[in-house]
Amino acid sequence: MPPLPFRIEVLWSDGLVWLLVIAVVAYAVYARRHPHLRAPWSRVARSASAMAAATVLCCFVLVGLLDSLHYRPLLPPQGGKPVYATEVRSVLDLVLTPLRAQREKTYSAPFATELYAKETIKRADGVETREFPRLRHGGKHLESPADSAADIALRAFRGVVAALLAWFAFALLLSAALARQQGGGIEAAWRSLWSGLTPLPWRAVLATLGVLAVIAGPVVALAPYYHVLGTDKVGQDVLYQSLKSIRTGLVIGTLATLVTLPFALVLGVMAGYFKGWVDDVIQYVYTTLSSIPGVLLIAAAVLMMQVYIENHADLFPSTEIRADVRLLALCVILGLTSWTGLCRLLRGEALKLRELEYIQAARAFGVSHWRIMMRHITPNLMHIVMIALVMDFSGLVLAEAVLSYVGVGVDPSMISFGTMINSARLEMAREPMVWWSLASAFFFMLLLVLAANLFADAVRDAFDPRVAMAGGRA
Amino acid sequence: MNRSEAMRLLRVRDLRMAIHGDGPPVRAVDGVSFDIAAGETFALVGESGCGKSMTALSIMRLLPEAAAISGGMVELQGENLLALPEAAMRDVRGRRVAMIFQEPGLSLNPVMTVGEQIAESVRRHTALTGAAVDARVLELLESVRMPDAQRRVTEYPFQLSGGMKQRVMIAIALACDPELLIADEPTTALDVTVQAQVLDLLRELQRERGMAMLLITHDLGVVAQMAQRVAVMYAGQIVETAPVAHFFASPAHPYSQKLFAALPERAAGGRPLAAIPGAVPPLSLEFSGCRFAERCEHKLAHCADVLPEWHGAGEQQMVRCHLYGSDQRPPRGLPSGRGVMGDQHKTEPEAGLGSSPVNHQSSLLEVEELEVFFPIRKGLLQRTAGHVRAVDGVSFSIAPGRTLGLVGESGCGKTTVGKGLLRLLQPTAGRVSLAGEDFLALGAEALRQKRREVQIIFQDPYASLNPRIRIGDALEEGMLALGVGGDAAGRQARIDALLGEVGLAPGVRSRYPHEFSGGQRQRIAIARALSVEPKLIVCDEPTSALDVSVQAQILNLLKRLQKEKGLAYLFISHNMAVIEHMADEVAVMYLGRIVERGAVQDVLRDPRHPYTKSLLAAVPVADPQAQRPVLRLSGDLPSPVNPPAGCHFHPRCPVAEAACAQAYPEERALTAQHHVRCHLAR
Repeated sequence: MPPLPFRIEVLWSDGLVWLLVIAVVAYAVYARRHPHLRAPWSRVARSASAMAAATVLCCFVLVGLLDSLHYRPLLPPQGGKPVYATEVRSVLDLVLTPLRAQREKTYSAPFATELYAKETIKRADGVETREFPRLRHGGKHLESPADSAADIALRAFRGVVAALLAWFAFALLLSAALARQQGGGIEAAWRSLWSGLTPLPWRAVLATLGVLAVIAGPVVALAPYYHVLGTDKVGQDVLYQSLKSIRTGLVIGTLATLVTLPFALVLGVMAGYFKGWVDDVIQYVYTTLSSIPGVLLIAAAVLMMQVYIENHADLFPSTEIRADVRLLALCVILGLTSWTGLCRLLRGEALKLRELEYIQAARAFGVSHWRIMMRHITPNLMHIVMIALVMDFSGLVLAEAVLSYVGVGVDPSMISFGTMINSARLEMAREPMVWWSLASAFFFMLLLVLAANLFADAVRDAFDPRVAMAGGRA
Repeated sequence: MNRSEAMRLLRVRDLRMAIHGDGPPVRAVDGVSFDIAAGETFALVGESGCGKSMTALSIMRLLPEAAAISGGMVELQGENLLALPEAAMRDVRGRRVAMIFQEPGLSLNPVMTVGEQIAESVRRHTALTGAAVDARVLELLESVRMPDAQRRVTEYPFQLSGGMKQRVMIAIALACDPELLIADEPTTALDVTVQAQVLDLLRELQRERGMAMLLITHDLGVVAQMAQRVAVMYAGQIVETAPVAHFFASPAHPYSQKLFAALPERAAGGRPLAAIPGAVPPLSLEFSGCRFAERCEHKLAHCADVLPEWHGAGEQQMVRCHLYGSDQRPPRGLPSGRGVMGDQHKTEPEAGLGSSPVNHQSSLLEVEELEVFFPIRKGLLQRTAGHVRAVDGVSFSIAPGRTLGLVGESGCGKTTVGKGLLRLLQPTAGRVSLAGEDFLALGAEALRQKRREVQIIFQDPYASLNPRIRIGDALEEGMLALGVGGDAAGRQARIDALLGEVGLAPGVRSRYPHEFSGGQRQRIAIARALSVEPKLIVCDEPTSALDVSVQAQILNLLKRLQKEKGLAYLFISHNMAVIEHMADEVAVMYLGRIVERGAVQDVLRDPRHPYTKSLLAAVPVADPQAQRPVLRLSGDLPSPVNPPAGCHFHPRCPVAEAACAQAYPEERALTAQHHVRCHLAR
């Protein structure tokens, strides 16, 4: 049997990310069956801005998930046994092979064909001159750098046309699916789709996809030939870095909130339900914790983790694994320092709920405290948890950028928005300025956080009990 | 009554209003027409959700955002309010038409003093400035008989009681001598003794100022006391208008008749109440016929298909009913009127239930000197600085299959008694013995076993069911916790049986609470309590959140279940008529103590404690001719943190003597069953 061309490698964060995906799918199935969950989610789905934001988020999540499938490639055979590389790659790396492999020497501007700095070059005739050397990869298919503008325009145009065709085909497929669902003709479905008459705002989704296609089409067409967003100090493609940063941001945003959840939920519900000394103890704990400056605590924990990793190098065979463990440590410590706010909210709500009559009735039946908290209190708090989860996400993505900038964030070898900004900060002062690293980190992060915030707003509106009550009681 | 054109202050013609939401529009007001003459009180009566408040808000043009007036006309002295620009409308509001709302606590700004809030309205609508405003504020507070008015000017709303807040609201409404006052359930949130004070005040003010009043209420007793003319609303329409005297003597519309029949004070002895089957139809429906047809006993063949026109039904009485257009007139007049205050004939209770003397030997529940104190903690170390004496030495007993009514105003501790004896709140002292066993001394496991003997039904049908749990699971919960009903199949069979017993289809068990109306939810709550086969049920105001017709259904259900299963009830209520209908014995609570107890006829027909007397006198009776002793209590319930020395009631007592301030009176037996705690009762 020939050896497999790759060996699947599941990093810790991969495992957790995929567990999370399974949990989200399970929640979706559960929510579909329960009207009290289905109703708010269908309110979210009916909001045009939420659906547009969700479309953008989906693209980010897709990139992040592709980047969470890791493997080790088979090395060229050297004797009997198959040997796999120690370097861990992801499926996204495979898709982006041209971007990853085409390294320049150092900085180059977007769409450049020459390096950003002059170098002393020894020509064939032995004369040394200082000039901008041609890039190793960017625009190397061109005869002369002067042709680049026309070439870029042509390739970009082809890219836009191809993207628009794909988008049009998707729109057709969608209206065919809608037509089947509603039982009308495709033409009618198409018309109702574009006049915004469908129950779900498909028009907003298509418009968002259209904008994304117009941007992504030329980028995809140009990326193998040019560095669309330039290169950084060590010549790595900035577009590649930006795409790789997405996973880091998503992992921090989701896993850190997941760490906060058990603390906030268990302690908050217990404090509110039991009152008395339990409440006092929990309140003291979170008041104390929230009085310690978060950055201090995070810095201490991350540095300790770093020392531990260095002292136990044998436990972490590759740099990727090391960086991954450090990422997880950062998630845990971010989670541990940020559960207090949600805990306080949940305590207040549990205090209110425990006096409600259905809980009094359960107590009159002698139902155990544990069961009352599980069956009666927690499900009625979930709307707050849901709102807090989506609202915290964007805050954590931004927190990661700040922490990595300060130097206590993720491992320097791990690509993230924070490390991109950190490495770009010194070049801002340089003349001529190197702006593209910072600008792309800024743009990608803005898009991610804005989409997350818009979506969170819609979720908050939909789960707001005052809105829900208006429908429920009337 | 002279009702010439000139006399008309407000003319409402064919007013239509719809609320637009997700579904079809809800036509909350659908073609309402009425007139109000200057100086007249016009009452709009109906059950909740029939569009009364929306009519008032439409007149004021204060509708919620989703609602819009879709047609009709509102004329105030010939001026069409619906055509006015918003700026001009703001001058009308407050100056010419003022409004007071149900919940005085929510209508006042908690961070402004009372004086500032009244002054705001004075400055907005009059030319007064400076000291003149302050003088006017004081004058207004005095005109609403605010005790200690000078001091109240600088106080904040939280320092006032509910009744005083409503007085402040009235003062704000009166700031500019409006021609019309709209009072939307002005006393519904108040206790009966305070309600009596506020109604008296409104009546006096109206007489002094010659102001017209649109009174919105669900309480026929309030209508009888206050109004000259009345309109009955049902499902967005007025179905009957009449002068009060005619209306109470012979209501014409079948719905009006049913409303009277459903009043608990109208039912004699143990007879079931006349409940209206079903519920008010949703207003999002398109109506092609009479809206009441489905629930009507006298339905004709064309009632469901043809919209009824207005027909005369006697002097100045108009009714929207086909029965008056045909020869087939429905039986007029009231069902035999009998009640606490209606007549003084003793009602013979049903044989076998009421007349036997209470046998203390066989009592199911015996409560002795029950105390529930809540500590007040203060300072850094949370030391106990005092106690709220919510229940302060209460004793009573209930025999199997009997009902003890516990009456009192809000804050008197009656709910705490119920929760304390179930150990939902831990009593501080006392003994509760249930079938001979001390309930308060039981350990955790023994208590759990014993819990199936006593269950509780709550007031708010919306809060008493977990919105996230299906009906079937909610009913199963108690059986699971207490091991009743055998295996899973046995429990399911029992759930079906229980639902049947409370009049619901077995199919509802897979549905969620939000699909049910208030009355249906209360039925489910009853089924849940019954699921563990208790011997005693604590009913904590089970019908006070329900409409009168639904209340009748629930009371009938409780009575039937008591007869079938031999249940004992501790029936907690502030409603005297409900207590009279339900209870065999009654105990009256004041500030944590029982001041009078005995058989229901003895206590309610021959009250001996001055508090019981004034409580009974304060209840509005649905009979404008009723002559009752005027016995008004001043002030509010004192705080249970430091109750007055001596008899707790003496500061408010109209007949208090010097001795009353010295010592709390001992319980005195007037007859074998009638006990009272008053120095003056002989």
